[in-house]
Amino acid sequence: MEIILALSIGALAGSGVWLMLRSRTYQVLIGLSLLSYAVNLFIFSMGRVRTGAPPILKPGVPETLANYTDPVPQALVLTAIVITFAMTALFLVVLLAARGLARNDHVDGRES
Amino acid sequence: MNINHLAIAPILLPLATAALMVPLSERRRTLKALMSVVSTLGTIAIALTLLSYADAQPPGAGATSVYLLGNWAAPFGIVLVVDRLSAFMITLGSIVVFCGLLFAIARWHGAGAHFHTLVQFLLVGLNGAFLTGDLFNLFVFFEVLLAASYGLVLHGSGAPRVKAAVHYIAINLAASSLFLIGVSLIYGAVGTLNMADLAARVAALGDSERMLLETGAAILGVAFLVKAGMWPMCFWLPTTYSVVVPPVAAMFAIMTKVGIYVILRLWPMIFGAEAGASAYFGSEWLLVGGIATVVFGCIGLLAAQDLPRLASYSIIVSSGTLLSAIAVGNVGVTSGALFYLASSTLAVSAFFLLIELIERSRMPGADVLAVTVEALGEEEDDVDGADPVGVAIPATMAILGIGFAACALLLAGLPPLTGFIAKFLMLYALFPAGGVEAAAVAPAVSWTLFAVLLASGFAIMISMVRTGIRVFWVPLESEVPSVRFLEMVPIVVLLSLCAAMTVAAGPVQSFMQATAQSLHAPQGYIGDVLSAPRVQPAPSGVVP
Repeated sequence: MEIILALSIGALAGSGVWLMLRSRTYQVLIGLSLLSYAVNLFIFSMGRVRTGAPPILKPGVPETLANYTDPVPQALVLTAIVITFAMTALFLVVLLAARGLARNDHVDGRES
Repeated sequence: MNINHLAIAPILLPLATAALMVPLSERRRTLKALMSVVSTLGTIAIALTLLSYADAQPPGAGATSVYLLGNWAAPFGIVLVVDRLSAFMITLGSIVVFCGLLFAIARWHGAGAHFHTLVQFLLVGLNGAFLTGDLFNLFVFFEVLLAASYGLVLHGSGAPRVKAAVHYIAINLAASSLFLIGVSLIYGAVGTLNMADLAARVAALGDSERMLLETGAAILGVAFLVKAGMWPMCFWLPTTYSVVVPPVAAMFAIMTKVGIYVILRLWPMIFGAEAGASAYFGSEWLLVGGIATVVFGCIGLLAAQDLPRLASYSIIVSSGTLLSAIAVGNVGVTSGALFYLASSTLAVSAFFLLIELIERSRMPGADVLAVTVEALGEEEDDVDGADPVGVAIPATMAILGIGFAACALLLAGLPPLTGFIAKFLMLYALFPAGGVEAAAVAPAVSWTLFAVLLASGFAIMISMVRTGIRVFWVPLESEVPSVRFLEMVPIVVLLSLCAAMTVAAGPVQSFMQATAQSLHAPQGYIGDVLSAPRVQPAPSGVVP
């Protein structure tokens, strides 16, 4: 499972960076989104990969780390998802404005 | 009144004001402006109170007050920490924002929607970033700050600003991703996000965790250095700062200093002398990067064709100077750097405001800046009333010239103003009375910094004098710029603050010295944060 997680983070981050370096604004936007997915998965994995363990205390289960998973990265990832989602939406609006003003979708506002 | 609760006030006051302003219609601009001014003045008053409390502490003391949010004990809950450095940064930030705001009210705040709301949110983000004692909360406040700054970059609209905003937002989103990667790596390695707890645990880390921590810290550092404008991550800065509307550029003078603040806060605390095998991790990178930034900034200054670009490159020079001075890791040099931080922020901010007034007189066919011409041309129509430019105050050009000369002296570090004192303090700490060896800094580093500081001052002087001659010593082809009284006030305030700091250099210097001491001996801060007592419920309460 660690291998699959690591590979998917790597694939997302790699394609994100590649797209971010492209010259069309939409590609940059998608690149940033993919990068943020990779980052979110990465934050999640920093709480160590565990299956079948809840992040909140359950009555009757002994309160030791062996029975639970670390709740902090999950809380962090929620916050990060919300923030990056909002920022992506804002960026999209700015991209549309730039497209309207420059009449093309090059990141520098002009072809060549 | 309990001073402890004052710690959260610099965040709550602008936040509440901004929330109240959101539903107000754009037509009620005067009301919004009034609310904005009152809230910012209130923030300055709170900041000054916090500053005076911090100053009353004995030198070397840790935090003035630790505010436990939700009454959770320190390493588990989120904390706000007030100490000398954060109180000083809040004061500086709110003053700069206030001056930009005042300038904008004369003319620019009508160029787009929600200007005052965004300014208040900017203030929330700034104060939060300066106060928080927790890495993830720092990220959240950074995002608040950046979201407001995106809106402010776009204020006034127009193709050049939107284009600059696309680059600015893209680079900041990428930097935020790096920020998150760094934070989560540090959490994975050390298991805490509280800055004080982190610093306390560094020395005892195992080798594999140490490697992860250092990787995380380096990635986090890159994110801050993008914001601080270190070469080679600063190419976004001149383009953005030179096209945004002048009051916003003046407020943004504090934005690069947020990155510097975080480095100043975290680096000596986590990778100070007590960090075991990680002591002074990355100092050579900071030093070399800082020097490269100064060199790049100087080349940009000498090549700059227009005034806003000149001001933007002087921001880069000041960032580079600060980074390389911080990297030395010496108390004396750091206190000089703090002095320089205050002086250069105020000077650059005043310079951005001054530029707009100067450019106004050269508007018809003046240099390359078709950008401003276009923006102002639109602006002229928006301003209501029969007298769009106000009453010309007498001898405007002379006053502008004096202001320009003061900015040049401040930025280049020539006597008698604070720029000189700050540079002198840094050099004095590098070459103390006992010779170069007594400074506990490698002589090669001392001499390199000496050369860099003086050469950068020289480059700034050349470019400022050249521009000054071109602008002020020409026959007046166009009429004298019409300047409103309200537009002169913030410039005079900023420059007279620098003058006041020159007159009161002794007390200011001893404050900076005490700040630098507590930064380089963080045990007091760490102890205060980790042992902050929780508030006990009142015995007569209804708690069962």
